[in-house]
Amino acid sequence: MRQLQEICGDDNVFWRAEDLLVWEYDAGFDRHPPSAVAVPGSTAEVAAVVKAAHDAGTAIVPRGAGTGLSGGTIACAGAIVVSTARLRRIVAIDAAARMAVVEPGVPNVAVSAAAREVGLFFAPDPASQRISTIGGNVGTNAGGPHALRYGSMVNHVLGIEMVLPNGEIARFGGTAADLPGYDCVPLIVGSEGTLGIITKIWLRLLPLPEDIRTFVAIFPDIDRGARAASAIIAGGVVPAAMEMLDNVTIGTLNAAFDVHLPPDAGSLLLVEIEGLHEETEDWAASIERLLRKNGATDVRSAASAAERELLWKARKLGYAALARIKPNNYLHDAVVPRTRMPEVLKQVNAIAERYGYVIANMFHIGDGNLHPVLLFDARTEPIDRVMEASAEILKVAIDAGGALTGEHGIGLEKNHFMPWVFTAEDLDAMRRARDSFDPDGTMNPGKIFPGGEACADIPTERTKRVLAEGMWV
Amino acid sequence: MRSPLLDTEGLNQCIHCGLCLEACPTYRITRLETESPRGRLHLMSAIASARIDPRESDAAVLHLDRCLACRACEAVCPSGVPYGELIEEARADIARARGTPPLGRLALWSVSRPRVLGALAALLALADRTGLRAGARRILPPRLRRLDALAPPPGRPAYQPVAVEAPRASVALLLGCVMRVSYGDVHTATARVLARLATRVVEVADQGCCGALHAHAGDNAEAVRLAKRNVAAFERSGAEAILANAAGCGAFLKSYAHLLEGDPEWAQRAAAVASRVRDINEYLAVAADGATFGELAMRVTYQDPCHLAHAQGIRAEPRALLGRVHGLELIEMADADVCCGSAGYYNLAQPDYADRLLEEKIDAILATRPDAVVTANPGCMLQLAAGLRARGKSIPVLHVVEVLERAMRSA
Ligand SMILES: Cc1cc2nc3c(=O)[nH]c(=O)nc-3n(C[C@H](O)[C@H](O)[C@H](O)COP(=O)(O)OP(=O)(O)OC[C@H]3O[C@@H](n4cnc5c(N)ncnc54)[C@H](O)[C@@H]3O)c2cc1C
Ligand code: SF4
Ligand code: SF4
Repeated sequence: MRQLQEICGDDNVFWRAEDLLVWEYDAGFDRHPPSAVAVPGSTAEVAAVVKAAHDAGTAIVPRGAGTGLSGGTIACAGAIVVSTARLRRIVAIDAAARMAVVEPGVPNVAVSAAAREVGLFFAPDPASQRISTIGGNVGTNAGGPHALRYGSMVNHVLGIEMVLPNGEIARFGGTAADLPGYDCVPLIVGSEGTLGIITKIWLRLLPLPEDIRTFVAIFPDIDRGARAASAIIAGGVVPAAMEMLDNVTIGTLNAAFDVHLPPDAGSLLLVEIEGLHEETEDWAASIERLLRKNGATDVRSAASAAERELLWKARKLGYAALARIKPNNYLHDAVVPRTRMPEVLKQVNAIAERYGYVIANMFHIGDGNLHPVLLFDARTEPIDRVMEASAEILKVAIDAGGALTGEHGIGLEKNHFMPWVFTAEDLDAMRRARDSFDPDGTMNPGKIFPGGEACADIPTERTKRVLAEGMWV
Repeated sequence: MRSPLLDTEGLNQCIHCGLCLEACPTYRITRLETESPRGRLHLMSAIASARIDPRESDAAVLHLDRCLACRACEAVCPSGVPYGELIEEARADIARARGTPPLGRLALWSVSRPRVLGALAALLALADRTGLRAGARRILPPRLRRLDALAPPPGRPAYQPVAVEAPRASVALLLGCVMRVSYGDVHTATARVLARLATRVVEVADQGCCGALHAHAGDNAEAVRLAKRNVAAFERSGAEAILANAAGCGAFLKSYAHLLEGDPEWAQRAAAVASRVRDINEYLAVAADGATFGELAMRVTYQDPCHLAHAQGIRAEPRALLGRVHGLELIEMADADVCCGSAGYYNLAQPDYADRLLEEKIDAILATRPDAVVTANPGCMLQLAAGLRARGKSIPVLHVVEVLERAMRSA
């Protein structure tokens, strides 16, 4: 402790039980306080903290803004949390090289804002972009609505500087297009803090599109909305983003924001296209035709930049607004093949109905990335049942040939479900890759891999483990 | 000890999404979760569920004390967490468990007693004239020097009611506590602007301090006593609209309905009065629709008072009013709606944080190179003036109505 204080300053180290309470959560489900928290102010301080912890045999959990939804920042096994919140310099924006160099604690939206000043933009736009950090976005390989056209973080990270678990500082990738040797960057992106603490990131920027058009299409039910979405993708135009909102979500957005969406719509598609003027003109016509042909009762286009921004604000903050209906929720993140989507959606809704939960759907339909949200009240409804329903939902997605996570990561939330999609050999290979960075297993222990004991004392962990093992037949 | 006051419904509403973090002034200067809205709500929950005993935990109480109650977090929270009410309830809870600190008690005792405040102001004015104050400044301990720097300015002219012949409308004006004693001329400017619109300010005897400072500090009983007195006074006045030119007071008057909702005798009366309350900017934006306000060649920047922008959602109105003054140039400063650190007696209780917030605010102001800073709340006027003075700048700080009144005089 004394050592941490010497490195980071007294004001930036916490060890009292009451203080540690505020690091026992992220935006997900699991709760567990760390044994201490350090908030270093430079790469050198990060390295010194990691070295001190390594020498003392203490585990470390990296933390950005704590908006993660899969428990990646929850510290168990006596681990300390190292927060990157004070590392928030935009080191450089290089317009010519179309590149940004940033520290890990910079909020996503700050990169976009800085890039816009030189006519560029940063594509990954998770709904949490106002606060989630670039370090956290790399940690979870974050996506966002526009991942449909531009891909997730992994497509936009050029290089990484990282403090290794023993306290050394290493650099991977960089600005040249083709570096010799292994490219470790894609391995680090999405590693959820298990390989080291990222302290600097080189990001790819793109030129701002010449024209953007945003449509809102109204459907009488979810099914027709989903089919229209498939038709658009099949039609050959890849929208920049395509989001579906169901009736429950529409009601919530109307209550929370000034959006005035039709309250009795069964579902709504938010479709955006980007490109050169002559392209968008053609695409707009063809998309509108497809939407109407597939049952849209109304298609509107955003008349102004302000209207477009409002629609996106409502969409992006919509998840948090659901708390207006019920105080607790469980946000899922399954991916299914697009062709199976209408059927999976039906099954998911049937599960919710069987358990008696209200469900809200607001998700990246273009990617097949479902986000059903189960709404409940933890004071009156047992959490175990919620998790049981959730495991069933996950199973439906996997059975349809889907994946465990689209963008939120595995963390503590879904580690026990990994054997549902990976063989023992697959998992072993991944473990060996991790071990080559972290032979002592001190970086974010208990995450991603199933079967670990590090976080076994968290009640939600036990429940999920039982469910994962019990339901997989 | 379980908390009887904290609204667990409201606390439960927080889903820990963190979307409020970047809006929070204390998080912005520290980047610490302990000084963030999400962290504070979590600590309040821990108090409510008896995981933390506020009598024992100095650390938790400190983090809650460092909250400015500026409600910037509430304004951006998508899930509708009623942060402003929760922090007041938490403070009441803590005050019950631990007692209010002596400095705060003294400040609160004085503001609800107009004569005490008046006497203090007179003393200060005397000290100023005799040079005693300047002398004292040199020898006072830092804490008291701070008090001196932020003491309401003595010697501003008292409120002078304005006669209106054949008024088309009559309104009541909340005179308040500190405002009445120290910013009487802002009231006069308000009355003159209203007079131009043929609107008369009726006299409302018996009105007093709104009680906001007491509620923010956790002294609920006194806040309730003051609220009832005001409800009765404004009922008697019969005025259609009750105007406030202090954003903090206006916001609190509007919340009387909530404050007294548990009292069957007062709930309805409080709600009726609260529904007639308007901030002066809000009222003028409608009443003076289309009118222009003369001319004033000046370059200004506008600071959003927290209790106007976040608590009442009034941002466009003051800007629109300033936009109707010919020759006035409004240059937006960076982060105009981030708290300046004034917030009641925060200056005294959390000097370090207050100074850091003020430093950033003054930097943002100076970057716009203004002839004057405009805002709409006495606490902000005081704080900004002190900050500018400390940097050796003689840039005046004006209330919106003062700008309008000056412009009208030139017309
Ligand atoms: C309202 C809301 C909407 C969301 N929308 C989306 C969305 O559209 N798309 C999406 O993908 N996600 C979304 N998320 C999830 C979340 O915002 C993302 O996972 C985000 O990338 C997390 O960033 P963070 O800074 O909060 O990281 P944290 O939650 O603090 O950490 C996430 C993980 O990254 C690791 N990590 C953090 N910083 C570092 C570092 N410097 N070095 C190494 N590892 C690190 C942590 O250990 C942890 O495992 C949403 C969350 C919320 C609350
Ligand atoms: S107060 Fe609102 S915005 Fe902040 S963490 Fe809680 S729910 Fe999210
Ligand atoms: S009221 Fe202001 S200072 Fe307090 S938590 Fe909210 S934003 Fe931060």
